[in-house]
Amino acid sequence: MSILINADATFIVQGITGREAVNLTRENLDYGAKIIGGVTPGRAGRDVYGVPVFDCVRDITAKSHVDGSVVCVPPKFTRDAVFEALENGIKLIVIVTERIPRREVAQMVELAALRGARIIGPNCLGLISPGEAKMGGIGGPAANTRTAYSKGPVGVMSRSGGMTTEIANTLTAAGLGQSTAVSIGGDAIIGTSYAELMPLFEADPETQAIAIYSEPGGRMEAELADWVRDNGSRLPIVAFMAGRFMDEMPGMRFGHAGTIVEGKADTTADKIERMRAAGISVAERIEEIPALIRERLGETS
Amino acid sequence: MRFYEHESKTLFAKHGMPLGKSGLARSTEEAHGIAAEIGQPVVLKSQVLSGGRMKAGAVKFADTPDEAAALFDEILPIVVNGQHAESVLVEEKSPIAQEYYVGVTWDGRRKLPVVIFSDMGGIDIEEVAETHPDHVSKTHFSTLFPVTPRVAKEAIGATGVSGSDLNRLTPIVHELIQVFLKYDLTLAEINPLVRLEDGRFVVLDGHVDMEAEARGSHEALLEELGIQPEETRQARPPTDFEIAGAKVDASDHRGVAGNVVGFDGDLGLVIGAGGGSLTLFDAVRKHGGKPANYCEIGGNPSVKKTCELTKLVLGKPGVEKIAVMMNVVSNTRVDIVARGVIKGCVESGRDPADTIAIFRIPGAWEDEGFKILKKYGVEFCDRSVSMYQAAGRAVAKMQAS
Amino acid sequence: MSGMFIEVTVDAKIADDRELAKKLEEVCPVAIFDSSGETLRIAEENLDECVLCDLCLEIGPKGAVQVHKLYE
Repeated sequence: MSILINADATFIVQGITGREAVNLTRENLDYGAKIIGGVTPGRAGRDVYGVPVFDCVRDITAKSHVDGSVVCVPPKFTRDAVFEALENGIKLIVIVTERIPRREVAQMVELAALRGARIIGPNCLGLISPGEAKMGGIGGPAANTRTAYSKGPVGVMSRSGGMTTEIANTLTAAGLGQSTAVSIGGDAIIGTSYAELMPLFEADPETQAIAIYSEPGGRMEAELADWVRDNGSRLPIVAFMAGRFMDEMPGMRFGHAGTIVEGKADTTADKIERMRAAGISVAERIEEIPALIRERLGETS
Repeated sequence: MRFYEHESKTLFAKHGMPLGKSGLARSTEEAHGIAAEIGQPVVLKSQVLSGGRMKAGAVKFADTPDEAAALFDEILPIVVNGQHAESVLVEEKSPIAQEYYVGVTWDGRRKLPVVIFSDMGGIDIEEVAETHPDHVSKTHFSTLFPVTPRVAKEAIGATGVSGSDLNRLTPIVHELIQVFLKYDLTLAEINPLVRLEDGRFVVLDGHVDMEAEARGSHEALLEELGIQPEETRQARPPTDFEIAGAKVDASDHRGVAGNVVGFDGDLGLVIGAGGGSLTLFDAVRKHGGKPANYCEIGGNPSVKKTCELTKLVLGKPGVEKIAVMMNVVSNTRVDIVARGVIKGCVESGRDPADTIAIFRIPGAWEDEGFKILKKYGVEFCDRSVSMYQAAGRAVAKMQAS
Repeated sequence: MSGMFIEVTVDAKIADDRELAKKLEEVCPVAIFDSSGETLRIAEENLDECVLCDLCLEIGPKGAVQVHKLYE
């Protein structure tokens, strides 16, 4: 089992003829994904690595069931592409595009909520259920992806795309596989937060523990801590906290758009304290994660 | 990107919000002239992109035009949190009966915009929220459906304001919400919004931040306000090193190689990506290393771009060696980064083998990258060496040399 | 013509064939080939940008275009 995608999931790629999209289409197909169509207006009739290209999402959804869409179009056109996917009944949308203004992201998220759909991203690398399928550029070429990711009991969530793979790779090297790894995106407003993915992992029998990447800025760790406390989660969580140096440099912008220390509640020290109080283990180094997870798994079994 | 107070007010006035009589003075004569035209006591406020003006002595009151002119000369040179002023806002000074706070911003947790209102304005709103929670309201609103004045009314009413004050405040708060949405702002704030003793409502101080990503959609407004495309408008003015870094990043649309920030250390960092850079910067410091800079490589930067970034870091005074490190990469190519940093060393007249303390970028095309590094005698490691360990090796080399 | 890491050689016959020269320019993602002049020009400043996509190797007869890695 896994969350969000499995080997049977069908999806499309919007903006499929773009440079990055062509790349991720090939990488996903090589990893076993079922990409049943692509959309680029005006390019109907072409194909990308055997995937047929259409002008509209409707041209695909009218004939086949589509579980998800990877949106990889320039920032100016992203909102329109996401609205198109949502209004054609697609329930899982992964937005790879970065530099989308917050107002437009909020509009997409609001419409998704009205349509009962979920958005991952924007500004993310997508998600992977190792050994089954992946959506987006996560892990890179299929061969590299197989080196870093392996099937197993740990759910991974990360605001940083690159660190998703770094953490998975560390777990894999230590013999701990992953159920599903999700790059949730580094922007100030994103479709799905840590806390919002928790119920899905909670309901997945394969997932036994969670590893997250954490950094200064935003309230996502606070939200996760609240969720864990309010719901009595069965899953032990280990967080890696990056950007500790930023505590000494309030107001400066490093890393992702959402990573700016704005108020006193955003510092890493504060987040660590909050997470520990909720029973979340906090690692100072990535290589400590596997041992912390084993320790926590030992407690629960 | 921040707007100056006078720009924020120009934007507010454009949308019919009530403002006191004022003018922007760039010289002593102008300050005198504006004060004379207003014809009553004035307040002079230094125009900087930073709070703390009052504390720094950059806000002063004058009863006469001569006094205003003298105070202009006094406050213009004052540096507020590193910000130099180029102009001073001269505005009518009016007796205040009541101060309010109103701010519109984004709530990342709710993923919606929120209007924050208080009938205890003028001071730090976070403090008021803690000490007098019933005097601060937070009201979320939709980005999808039209926002009608009831949002503003509810926000104001929630703090207990009623009667004619409620009815006169509602259109002002409503208009601020509209401005926030229309111009892709990340913050639109009036603090304080005041009721004068004569019953008029006036925007006394305003603060507006526009999302950098949305600048392209609002060129007409920016031109109208005279904001130049090259103005970054950060709270802290950029250093020459940072400006040079931004130039490197803008030289080529492929990938990211920039976001540099200078520090006092001797170990240059060529690191990435977003989260990886934060992790590696921490790791270097934890090992006792002294970073000369922060930076980010991400996506697929060209060889030229990585080369130029390397040259920029190596050109920083006091930089002896560089550490080239990233998390396991998915779409950045190891071989392309290897070519770029080696070329950057050679073009800086340095031997890559001596200059690159460690190269730790595992992932896409690593075999090809490792061949290049081997040829130039550069020490590298694969994914079996953690980011933390790699940073330790770089620091150890610095300490040995 | 060679850069620091990459050398590209093109058979003279191809370099003089305007049609093939044009194809080379079209196919290269990093603008190593410039077919605007009389004869095909290799853009020296772009050689090191080569991403080893091999698309140019498929233009013309086998071996006519060669990409050498100078670090091997």
